[in-house]
Amino acid sequence: MPFSKVSGTNNAHKVVVYALSTCVWCKMTKQFLKDSNVEFEYIDVDLCEESEKARIREELQNKSGGLSYPTTIVDDKIVIVGFRKDKLKEALGI
Amino acid sequence: MTEITIEMVLKRAEADAQTYGYYLTPDPNLLQGLLEGLKVNEERYGYPSCPCRLASGKFEYDRDIICPCDYRDPDVAEFGACYCRLYVSKDVFEGKKELPTVPERRPLEKQSRAYMATSTSKAETAVGQTTVTVKAAEKEIAETKPKLWYCKQCGYVVFRDEPPYICPICKAKREMFAEIKTRIDFVG
Repeated sequence: MPFSKVSGTNNAHKVVVYALSTCVWCKMTKQFLKDSNVEFEYIDVDLCEESEKARIREELQNKSGGLSYPTTIVDDKIVIVGFRKDKLKEALGI
Repeated sequence: MTEITIEMVLKRAEADAQTYGYYLTPDPNLLQGLLEGLKVNEERYGYPSCPCRLASGKFEYDRDIICPCDYRDPDVAEFGACYCRLYVSKDVFEGKKELPTVPERRPLEKQSRAYMATSTSKAETAVGQTTVTVKAAEKEIAETKPKLWYCKQCGYVVFRDEPPYICPICKAKREMFAEIKTRIDFVG
Protein backbone atom coordinates (compact mmCIF):
# COMPACT_ATOMS: atom_id res chain seq x y z
CA MET A 1 0.00 0.00 0.00
CA PRO A 2 1.59 3.27 -1.05
CA PHE A 3 1.41 6.53 0.86
CA SER A 4 -1.81 8.45 0.35
CA LYS A 5 -1.47 12.07 -0.50
CA VAL A 6 -3.63 14.90 0.82
CA SER A 7 -3.30 18.14 -1.08
CA GLY A 8 -3.21 21.50 0.61
CA THR A 9 -2.22 25.08 -0.06
CA ASN A 10 0.23 24.97 2.81
CA ASN A 11 2.90 22.96 1.00
CA ALA A 12 6.21 24.53 2.04
CA HIS A 13 7.21 21.43 4.04
CA LYS A 14 7.39 17.74 3.32
CA VAL A 15 5.08 16.14 5.88
CA VAL A 16 4.77 12.38 6.33
CA VAL A 17 2.44 10.77 8.87
CA TYR A 18 2.83 7.12 9.94
CA ALA A 19 -0.58 6.14 11.27
CA LEU A 20 -2.96 3.33 12.20
CA SER A 21 -6.49 3.30 10.79
CA THR A 22 -7.87 2.34 14.22
CA CYS A 23 -6.08 5.07 16.16
CA VAL A 24 -8.10 8.10 17.18
CA TRP A 25 -4.98 10.21 17.81
CA CYS A 26 -3.80 9.43 14.27
CA LYS A 27 -7.19 10.53 12.95
CA MET A 28 -6.93 13.77 14.92
CA THR A 29 -3.46 14.41 13.52
CA LYS A 30 -4.67 13.92 9.94
CA GLN A 31 -7.74 16.07 10.58
CA PHE A 32 -5.66 18.85 12.14
CA LEU A 33 -3.37 18.91 9.10
CA LYS A 34 -6.36 18.94 6.74
CA ASP A 35 -8.04 21.73 8.69
CA SER A 36 -4.80 23.69 8.55
CA ASN A 37 -4.60 23.15 4.79
CA VAL A 38 -1.25 21.40 5.11
CA GLU A 39 -0.20 19.14 2.24
CA PHE A 40 0.90 15.77 3.61
CA GLU A 41 1.34 12.08 2.94
CA TYR A 42 0.20 9.34 5.27
CA ILE A 43 0.22 5.59 5.54
CA ASP A 44 -2.08 3.42 7.68
CA VAL A 45 0.39 0.73 8.65
CA ASP A 46 -2.21 -1.72 9.99
CA LEU A 47 -3.76 -1.92 6.51
CA CYS A 48 -0.45 -2.69 4.77
CA GLU A 49 0.69 -6.05 3.42
CA GLU A 50 2.89 -8.08 5.77
CA SER A 51 5.91 -7.73 3.51
CA GLU A 52 5.48 -3.97 3.49
CA LYS A 53 5.23 -3.78 7.26
CA ALA A 54 8.80 -5.03 7.63
CA ARG A 55 10.03 -2.32 5.29
CA ILE A 56 8.00 0.38 7.03
CA ARG A 57 9.29 -0.75 10.38
CA GLU A 58 12.88 -0.26 9.19
CA GLU A 59 12.05 3.14 7.78
CA LEU A 60 10.12 4.37 10.81
CA GLN A 61 12.59 3.05 13.34
CA ASN A 62 15.54 4.54 11.50
CA LYS A 63 13.89 7.91 11.20
CA SER A 64 12.21 8.21 14.59
CA GLY A 65 13.96 5.70 16.84
CA GLY A 66 10.63 4.11 17.76
CA LEU A 67 7.48 2.50 16.42
CA SER A 68 4.75 4.70 17.89
CA TYR A 69 1.70 6.06 16.12
CA PRO A 70 1.10 8.66 14.98
CA THR A 71 4.64 9.69 14.08
CA THR A 72 4.84 12.80 11.95
CA ILE A 73 8.08 13.59 10.16
CA VAL A 74 8.61 17.09 8.82
CA ASP A 75 11.23 17.69 6.12
CA ASP A 76 12.90 14.35 6.95
CA LYS A 77 14.31 15.77 10.16
CA ILE A 78 11.72 16.91 12.71
CA VAL A 79 10.08 13.92 14.40
CA ILE A 80 6.81 14.42 16.28
CA VAL A 81 5.49 11.41 18.17
CA GLY A 82 1.81 11.50 19.11
CA PHE A 83 -0.79 14.14 18.31
CA ARG A 84 1.07 17.23 19.46
CA LYS A 85 -0.71 20.29 18.12
CA ASP A 86 1.89 22.62 19.67
CA LYS A 87 4.80 20.81 18.06
CA LEU A 88 3.05 20.49 14.69
CA LYS A 89 2.29 24.21 14.67
CA GLU A 90 5.86 25.05 15.56
CA ALA A 91 7.39 22.76 12.95
CA LEU A 92 5.02 23.89 10.19
CA GLY A 93 4.89 27.55 11.11
CA ILE A 94 1.08 27.59 11.28
CA MET B 1 -20.72 -14.94 15.98
CA THR B 2 -22.61 -12.17 17.70
CA GLU B 3 -22.19 -8.73 16.26
CA ILE B 4 -19.92 -6.42 18.22
CA THR B 5 -21.48 -3.05 18.95
CA ILE B 6 -20.04 0.16 20.35
CA GLU B 7 -22.40 -0.26 23.32
CA MET B 8 -20.86 -3.64 24.13
CA VAL B 9 -17.35 -2.23 23.97
CA LEU B 10 -18.41 0.71 26.16
CA LYS B 11 -20.20 -1.47 28.73
CA ARG B 12 -17.13 -3.69 29.10
CA ALA B 13 -14.84 -0.71 29.53
CA GLU B 14 -17.17 0.89 32.08
CA ALA B 15 -17.46 -2.31 34.08
CA ASP B 16 -13.69 -2.76 34.05
CA ALA B 17 -13.07 0.85 35.07
CA GLN B 18 -15.44 0.49 37.98
CA THR B 19 -13.93 -2.76 39.19
CA TYR B 20 -10.34 -1.58 38.97
CA GLY B 21 -10.76 2.02 40.15
CA TYR B 22 -10.31 3.86 36.85
CA TYR B 23 -12.44 6.35 34.94
CA LEU B 24 -13.11 6.52 31.22
CA THR B 25 -11.71 9.49 29.35
CA PRO B 26 -14.06 12.46 29.89
CA ASP B 27 -14.00 13.84 26.31
CA PRO B 28 -16.97 12.19 24.52
CA ASN B 29 -15.46 12.48 21.01
CA LEU B 30 -12.19 10.97 22.13
CA LEU B 31 -14.03 8.19 23.94
CA GLN B 32 -16.12 7.43 20.87
CA GLY B 33 -13.01 7.30 18.68
CA LEU B 34 -11.23 4.94 21.07
CA LEU B 35 -14.24 2.62 21.31
CA GLU B 36 -14.55 2.50 17.52
CA GLY B 37 -10.90 1.52 17.23
CA LEU B 38 -11.35 -1.24 19.79
CA LYS B 39 -14.43 -2.49 17.94
CA VAL B 40 -12.55 -2.67 14.62
CA ASN B 41 -9.68 -4.56 16.24
CA GLU B 42 -12.04 -7.04 17.90
CA GLU B 43 -13.73 -7.69 14.56
CA ARG B 44 -10.38 -7.96 12.81
CA TYR B 45 -8.40 -10.06 15.28
CA GLY B 46 -11.04 -11.61 17.54
CA TYR B 47 -9.83 -9.63 20.56
CA PRO B 48 -9.88 -5.91 21.37
CA SER B 49 -6.21 -5.03 21.06
CA CYS B 50 -5.11 -1.46 21.73
CA PRO B 51 -6.33 0.81 18.90
CA CYS B 52 -3.19 2.93 19.18
CA ARG B 53 -0.71 0.08 18.76
CA LEU B 54 0.00 -2.19 15.83
CA ALA B 55 -1.19 -5.74 16.58
CA SER B 56 0.30 -8.83 14.98
CA GLY B 57 -2.96 -10.76 14.80
CA LYS B 58 -1.34 -13.55 16.79
CA PHE B 59 -2.85 -13.84 20.24
CA GLU B 60 0.36 -14.86 21.98
CA TYR B 61 2.20 -11.85 20.59
CA ASP B 62 -0.63 -9.39 21.27
CA ARG B 63 -1.64 -10.65 24.70
CA ASP B 64 -0.01 -7.72 26.54
CA ILE B 65 -1.84 -5.09 24.46
CA ILE B 66 -5.35 -6.51 24.67
CA CYS B 67 -7.44 -3.82 26.34
CA PRO B 68 -7.06 -3.30 29.27
CA CYS B 69 -3.38 -3.70 28.45
CA ASP B 70 -0.62 -4.80 30.83
CA TYR B 71 0.72 -1.24 30.88
CA ARG B 72 -2.42 0.45 32.14
CA ASP B 73 -1.64 0.16 35.85
CA PRO B 74 1.87 1.66 35.75
CA ASP B 75 0.83 4.31 33.19
CA VAL B 76 -2.21 5.55 35.14
CA ALA B 77 -0.18 5.48 38.35
CA GLU B 78 2.66 7.48 36.79
CA PHE B 79 0.93 9.76 34.27
CA GLY B 80 -2.79 9.72 35.10
CA ALA B 81 -3.84 7.90 31.92
CA CYS B 82 -3.09 4.75 29.96
CA TYR B 83 -1.22 4.86 26.63
CA CYS B 84 -4.29 5.43 24.41
CA ARG B 85 -5.94 7.46 27.21
CA LEU B 86 -9.14 5.42 27.38
CA TYR B 87 -8.60 4.88 31.10
CA VAL B 88 -7.71 7.85 33.28
CA SER B 89 -7.26 8.62 36.97
CA LYS B 90 -9.90 10.35 39.09
CA ASP B 91 -8.01 13.65 38.95
CA VAL B 92 -7.92 13.63 35.16
CA PHE B 93 -11.58 12.62 34.97
CA GLU B 94 -12.59 15.48 37.26
CA GLY B 95 -10.49 17.95 35.30
CA LYS B 96 -8.12 18.63 38.21
CA LYS B 97 -5.29 17.38 36.10
CA GLU B 98 -4.87 17.80 32.34
CA LEU B 99 -5.07 14.78 30.07
CA PRO B 100 -1.38 13.81 29.87
CA THR B 101 0.72 12.59 26.96
CA VAL B 102 1.82 9.07 27.75
CA PRO B 103 5.04 7.67 26.30
CA GLU B 104 5.12 4.08 25.04
CA ARG B 105 6.15 1.77 27.85
CA ARG B 106 5.85 -1.47 25.88
CA PRO B 107 9.34 -2.79 25.11
CA LEU B 108 10.45 -2.28 21.50
CA GLU B 109 11.14 -6.02 21.15
CA LYS B 110 7.48 -6.73 21.80
CA GLN B 111 6.36 -3.97 19.44
CA SER B 112 8.55 -5.46 16.72
CA ARG B 113 6.62 -8.73 16.72
CA ALA B 114 3.72 -7.08 14.90
CA TYR B 115 5.92 -6.56 11.85
CA MET B 116 6.84 -10.18 11.30
CA ALA B 117 4.34 -12.41 13.04
CA THR B 118 2.49 -13.82 10.09
CA SER B 119 5.35 -13.92 7.63
CA THR B 120 8.62 -14.53 9.39
CA SER B 121 10.28 -15.95 6.31
CA LYS B 122 9.29 -12.97 4.20
CA ALA B 123 10.48 -10.57 6.86
CA GLU B 124 13.77 -12.43 7.05
CA THR B 125 14.47 -12.04 3.39
CA ALA B 126 13.39 -8.44 3.40
CA VAL B 127 15.38 -7.41 6.44
CA GLY B 128 18.31 -9.56 7.51
CA GLN B 129 18.53 -8.41 11.10
CA THR B 130 14.91 -9.14 11.98
CA THR B 131 15.78 -12.80 12.52
CA VAL B 132 17.70 -11.89 15.63
CA THR B 133 14.82 -9.78 16.92
CA VAL B 134 12.31 -12.59 16.43
CA LYS B 135 14.43 -14.88 18.58
CA ALA B 136 14.88 -12.17 21.21
CA ALA B 137 11.12 -11.59 21.27
CA GLU B 138 10.37 -15.28 21.63
CA LYS B 139 12.85 -15.60 24.45
CA GLU B 140 11.30 -12.68 26.25
CA ILE B 141 7.82 -14.21 26.32
CA ALA B 142 9.11 -16.93 28.58
CA GLU B 143 10.83 -14.44 30.84
CA THR B 144 7.99 -12.46 32.40
CA LYS B 145 8.24 -12.52 36.16
CA PRO B 146 4.87 -12.29 37.88
CA LYS B 147 4.75 -12.28 41.66
CA LEU B 148 2.14 -12.99 44.30
CA TRP B 149 0.58 -9.90 45.88
CA TYR B 150 -1.97 -9.69 48.69
CA CYS B 151 -4.25 -6.92 49.85
CA LYS B 152 -3.47 -6.08 53.45
CA GLN B 153 -7.03 -4.87 53.95
CA CYS B 154 -9.10 -7.83 52.71
CA GLY B 155 -6.65 -10.60 51.88
CA TYR B 156 -7.30 -10.69 48.11
CA VAL B 157 -4.41 -12.43 46.35
CA VAL B 158 -3.27 -11.81 42.79
CA PHE B 159 -0.45 -13.20 40.62
CA ARG B 160 0.95 -10.52 38.29
CA ASP B 161 4.02 -8.37 37.60
CA GLU B 162 2.89 -5.43 39.72
CA PRO B 163 0.15 -4.82 42.29
CA PRO B 164 -3.20 -3.68 40.86
CA TYR B 165 -4.21 0.01 40.76
CA ILE B 166 -6.75 -0.64 43.49
CA CYS B 167 -8.01 -3.83 45.12
CA PRO B 168 -10.87 -5.08 42.90
CA ILE B 169 -12.58 -6.56 45.95
CA CYS B 170 -12.41 -3.97 48.75
CA LYS B 171 -11.17 -0.98 46.67
CA ALA B 172 -8.15 -0.45 48.92
CA LYS B 173 -5.39 1.67 47.36
CA ARG B 174 -2.44 0.14 45.56
CA GLU B 175 -0.20 0.94 48.53
CA MET B 176 -2.15 -1.62 50.57
CA PHE B 177 -0.68 -4.44 48.49
CA ALA B 178 2.37 -6.34 49.67
CA GLU B 179 4.35 -9.03 47.93
CA ILE B 180 4.04 -12.55 49.26
CA LYS B 181 7.48 -13.99 49.62
CA THR B 182 6.99 -17.72 49.64
CA ARG B 183 9.45 -20.06 51.22
CA ILE B 184 9.20 -23.77 50.97
CA ASP B 185 11.03 -25.84 53.56
CA PHE B 186 11.47 -29.54 53.14
CA VAL B 187 11.64 -31.27 56.44
CA GLY B 188 12.63 -34.89 56.36
